[in-house]
Amino acid sequence: MTRLKADARHSVRLTLNGKPVQSEAEPRMLLSDFLRHQIGATGTHVGCEHGVCGACTIVVDGMLTRSCLTLAAQVDGCEIQTVEGLAPSADRLGVLQQAFRRNHALQCGFCTAGILMSLDHYLARNPAPTEAEIRDLLSGHLCRCTGYTPIIQAALEAAAQLASSKKETSDA
Amino acid sequence: MKPPAFDYLRAETVGDVLEGLAQQGGDARVLAGGQSLMAMLNMRLAKPKLLIDIMRLEELRKIDRKADAVVIGAGVRQADLLAWPELAEALPLVALALPWVGHMQTRSRGTICGSLAHADPSAEMPLALVALGGEVLLRSAKRRRRVAAQDFFAGMMLTARSDDELIEGISLPVIQGSRVAFREVARRHGDFAIVACAAMKTATGVRLAVGGVADVPTARDWPPLQGGALDDVLNAFAYELGARDDVHATARYRRDLVRMIGRDLIGEVLQ
Ligand SMILES: Cc1cc2nc3c(=O)[nH]c(=O)nc-3n(C[C@@H](O)[C@H](O)[C@H](O)COP(=O)(O)OP(=O)(O)OC[C@H]3O[C@@H](n4cnc5c(N)ncnc54)[C@H](O)[C@@H]3O)c2cc1C
Ligand code: FES
Ligand code: FES
Repeated sequence: MTRLKADARHSVRLTLNGKPVQSEAEPRMLLSDFLRHQIGATGTHVGCEHGVCGACTIVVDGMLTRSCLTLAAQVDGCEIQTVEGLAPSADRLGVLQQAFRRNHALQCGFCTAGILMSLDHYLARNPAPTEAEIRDLLSGHLCRCTGYTPIIQAALEAAAQLASSKKETSDA
Repeated sequence: MKPPAFDYLRAETVGDVLEGLAQQGGDARVLAGGQSLMAMLNMRLAKPKLLIDIMRLEELRKIDRKADAVVIGAGVRQADLLAWPELAEALPLVALALPWVGHMQTRSRGTICGSLAHADPSAEMPLALVALGGEVLLRSAKRRRRVAAQDFFAGMMLTARSDDELIEGISLPVIQGSRVAFREVARRHGDFAIVACAAMKTATGVRLAVGGVADVPTARDWPPLQGGALDDVLNAFAYELGARDDVHATARYRRDLVRMIGRDLIGEVLQ
């Protein structure tokens, strides 16, 4: 049993996009703040801080997770994926990110990090989604700019592209 | 906003949880999926001195199929139950209602038992527990007890659980060959229900359970009624639930939904 005192800072170690990171947090520190302020990973955005808007969505041990509804202390030892891990290299965008760009699926970009994480997680497990399924997934996100249609378009396009690129590699 | 300060205890055994609850009582809160509790902390609607994280306890993460019931442990997340291959056959009503609980991004973390402990009057899992006549399995350092669904919910976000008790799990009866139906009206899919209804064919007729209207999910049993007789009991029930106006809907609209969805669902299960 581990009991962390309220008024002290405690070590939190985790794997962030494949790399080990470590910093300190009081028990009450939210994972979203830990990532942004302690680690400096500001790709994860914070909108409502009560689980509704989805901007802060990341992946913890394979589970889609609102980082604003999670404590840093809860994820000690966990594997975390954030938007910073989506691009294959610093100067190239991933398939999903490219589809967002082509389709104008972002304007201000505030909601985008969370939406990309949800879609990346979903498409990896459901390679041939219907539009209805994408809409259901997106019900967990608010976007105030795009009106969602370009986001759905980008998601379906990325799914098709990912499916055909997989076919090519498996045929080769 | 940010949560107030609290100690954080990562439980490694159920004993750790029970001891923490026994020592701090009302100042301690169990932290399960965090999908309601963390929001309440961020909004400072709760100020516990201790959070007891139960999500690393393997022993609570069990779905146990018995001869006539399914026992769901406190560590079972909503997404785990949705992915359970036997769900549609063993608990068809839960299979219909669970996709309405929040979003994929909240079901991945939120637990079944956490939803019951939170006891939101609009929540789907409390409604399913009442409709099915399930039981809540409570445990403190001193004793274990089982509370029937209709005795568990005591009011808006109030339950029969005492401060030193952990909900260890729930037991839902498997009713062979039962016909069930579920429908909900919310502003968007994934929002809390304005009205949610579950209907079930019973040995003597039909049961209708309604959430989102009264302070607690409420069920009624009737013989297999039709036509005007059915309309009359539904109308009386809709008024008994004591609907109130709020920002989402008027009381009258809620009564209308109870009457209309109720009639449709009862028609479906009695067909
Ligand atoms: C955007 C959003 C939309 C949502 N929409 C819906 C919806 O449509 N319908 C719905 O029903 N819910 C909805 N919810 C809430 C749902 O997601 C939560 O999962 C659920 O209400 C609580 O479960 P939890 O495991 O997250 O519990 P927590 O948030 O960890 O805990 C909730 C409360 O229960 C107590 N508790 C938890 N587990 C136990 C236990 N085993 N023993 C004793 N006490 C315990 C906690 O101390 C706390 O008081 C929504 C949440 C969000 C963020
Ligand atoms: S900031 Fe986490 S859901 Fe809005
Ligand atoms: S692009 Fe601005 S909120 Fe979505």
